Amino acid sequence: MKNVSKIIPCYAADTSGVCSALYELGGLTVVHDASGCNSTYSTHDEPRWTKMKSNIFISAMTELDAIMGNDEKLIADTVSSAHDKNPAFIALCGSPMPMMTGVDFDALALEVESRSGIKTIPLHTNGTRSYIEGASEALCEVVRAYAEPGERIENGVNVLGLTPLDLPLGSDAAIKKWLLENDFEPVCTLAMGATLDDVKKMPRAAVSLVVSYSGFAAAQYLKDTYGIPIVCGVPLGSEFPFDLAGAMFWAIEHNEDYLYSSMHQSGGDTVIIGESIFASSLACAIESDRRGHATVISTLPTDSRLLAEGDVMLTAEEDIEAFLRDYKPVCVIADPLYKYITPYSAKFVNLPHFAFSGRCYEKHMTNVIDRRLQEILK
Amino acid sequence: MSDRKDLDRPHYIKISDADIGGIFPSSLEYNPPARGMWNIVHTGMLVPGAHEIFACAQGCLRGVILTAAEMFELDRLSWISVSEEDMFDGTLESDIIDGVCEIIEKLGHRPPVVLLYLSCIHLFAGVDFDVIINELGSRYKDIFFVDCYMTPTMRTTVSPVMKMSAQVYGALKPLPLNEKSVAIVGNDRATDEDSELVRIIRQNGFKLYDICNCRSFDEYLQMAEAAVNISYIPTGVLAGEELSQRFGSKHLHLTVSYDFDTIEENYRTLCDTLGIELPDFTDEKAAAEKALENAKMIIGDTPVAVDYTAVTRPFELAKLLCEHGFDVRYIVADSAGAEAEAFEWLKENRPELLIYSPVNVNMLEMPDEEHEHILAVGQKAAYYFATDNFVNMIVGGGYYGFSGIKKIADLMVDAHLNKKDRAEYLKLKGMGCASCL
Repeated sequence: MKNVSKIIPCYAADTSGVCSALYELGGLTVVHDASGCNSTYSTHDEPRWTKMKSNIFISAMTELDAIMGNDEKLIADTVSSAHDKNPAFIALCGSPMPMMTGVDFDALALEVESRSGIKTIPLHTNGTRSYIEGASEALCEVVRAYAEPGERIENGVNVLGLTPLDLPLGSDAAIKKWLLENDFEPVCTLAMGATLDDVKKMPRAAVSLVVSYSGFAAAQYLKDTYGIPIVCGVPLGSEFPFDLAGAMFWAIEHNEDYLYSSMHQSGGDTVIIGESIFASSLACAIESDRRGHATVISTLPTDSRLLAEGDVMLTAEEDIEAFLRDYKPVCVIADPLYKYITPYSAKFVNLPHFAFSGRCYEKHMTNVIDRRLQEILK
Repeated sequence: MSDRKDLDRPHYIKISDADIGGIFPSSLEYNPPARGMWNIVHTGMLVPGAHEIFACAQGCLRGVILTAAEMFELDRLSWISVSEEDMFDGTLESDIIDGVCEIIEKLGHRPPVVLLYLSCIHLFAGVDFDVIINELGSRYKDIFFVDCYMTPTMRTTVSPVMKMSAQVYGALKPLPLNEKSVAIVGNDRATDEDSELVRIIRQNGFKLYDICNCRSFDEYLQMAEAAVNISYIPTGVLAGEELSQRFGSKHLHLTVSYDFDTIEENYRTLCDTLGIELPDFTDEKAAAEKALENAKMIIGDTPVAVDYTAVTRPFELAKLLCEHGFDVRYIVADSAGAEAEAFEWLKENRPELLIYSPVNVNMLEMPDEEHEHILAVGQKAAYYFATDNFVNMIVGGGYYGFSGIKKIADLMVDAHLNKKDRAEYLKLKGMGCASCL
């Protein structure tokens, strides 16, 4: 069965994606769920929880609230907390129980906004999907709500999909440094190291660099609304960052998308498992460094255009295990917890992914941006 | 401490103004990063050889899976994820049965027990858990399936922690009751061997069982012979009651207490039940008193904060400490239901004592606020008062009786004299469990 796993974990869920995406933007995020359920996010999906304060709370929904449809409690509690916390905005999102009772988050958001006078964003999570879906919607809605058109910033870059679920803490600084070294001007690194003022300036950028699929929907919105071309890829390895920078200049010059991460040649004796844009970028980096080719298993939702022909989208433990068994790779690069279903014959290279193994390998996670492959794939 | 007077939902209240029926109104909740308390995954792992299977939504699965991963027990936990469609397409029970069967076939071994956890949405949808358990039992006659519940939404009806503390005994089968055997049930940590409770039982020739000490499934099964089951923490009551109903054993709830009279009364009840003479506790009481005096002498007027995760009776511990001259200024707790006497005593004798909510949204900034240096009893108090001088203990630490008071007093002295690396201690889930962090 596709929804069964003997041993490997599941990825962070959509609610965690929302919280992670909005963490640094000064809002107040409410997950409509039972007391204690916020422990999952704050323990396993949020490495900033002990380092940086953020107004992320849970509604402490009870059985009685669910049965009686007591939306008023959530509304009143949110408005009351907003009074105490004075956030820049409010975001409301749901979990499995509100899904069962059919909570109307659009209506709740209107009511909360009306009573609090604070912009309130409804997000349609239900706890049954991956963080990619939650973060995608959250980033897209924030951009939709706050982006303000203005004069174009020469070589200005929006970085989208940047959350600690996919890239280690500090990646925002590393990407900004890389952008500046390549004559780009960072406009907004959504959503690490970014403010709402940065979000407002996003329509003025010349190109959007999407570093995880969480940022693709927001980038697409910026393209559709403000004509900003999209480049997908993470600057990994020695050569690929130069190629990626070249692709970004090309996209600016031609005002066309360049989905670079998908431009590797799938195949070879290496398999990379993970999020599509990061894993594909790593495949590109391996290729650029003349280390052969790699096939990507995208284990999270993505757009097929972001994968090379021959790459696969697999989410079930049994499918990933079967693919690896049949493919017989010499080397597998993945989060360490994939080792459980990797053939013993393959060399396994640990590349911890916070959205998968949470804190388990956090101490081994270091910046990967613009780093040599030997350092990334230790 | 915050001096904001305009808060809609203040995060603290003077005990003199507090109502024991509801100290703080329910509202949005914050989750502080103090991770020592056990969850239902940790508790389930107490059953030797058990395999845990969770059927729930991805968001709910995440926390339980990574709990197991962090404690190096990922190979004892599997899962079935539930989508929105699964809830409405008429396959609620059959999907779970099929999923469990697939997992068992893939395991490569037959666990003696499978703990099958369903979630809030299953219960809300009216799942027939009996059908699932019966069908699985008929397909795998060598495995005992136990219904378990990850239902935090229903926490006011059935507390998941209390229910899990009972379900870990679900695989026990009736045995002839042995009048010379006793079990301590409902705990997630073994009772201190130095406690009078354990000594009375052992020294009078009774065999003492505790799931926390079971090393094999056979040893676990032997627990069913206990003629007397003792619970002493609030969440252990259901375990004792259910074992009593299933096996006809006696259940004694000898609540953990920091009141000398209650402790002695508990021992009297125990001895009457076991048919043995009540020992003289003069020395034990004196040792507890001496330890408290010694602690007071060393700790002096350093303000003390006690939280509800360290001990199940924080108000009673605070009263005891106040009676011995300690400057207990703060309690972190949101209820005092079973501690009315201590609550009222503190209200009258320490009206300025502040009660802090453990989850109020305005607690978020608390660690960054300025306040005096505090000696904390418990992880949440340590976090909120930002102190490295803290007693690292949860759920009473297995300490009980007069010796328990002595040990807690000694731990307070140690905490006062020796700083701990707060961040390193507080980040570990399930205090006492292995951790990969």
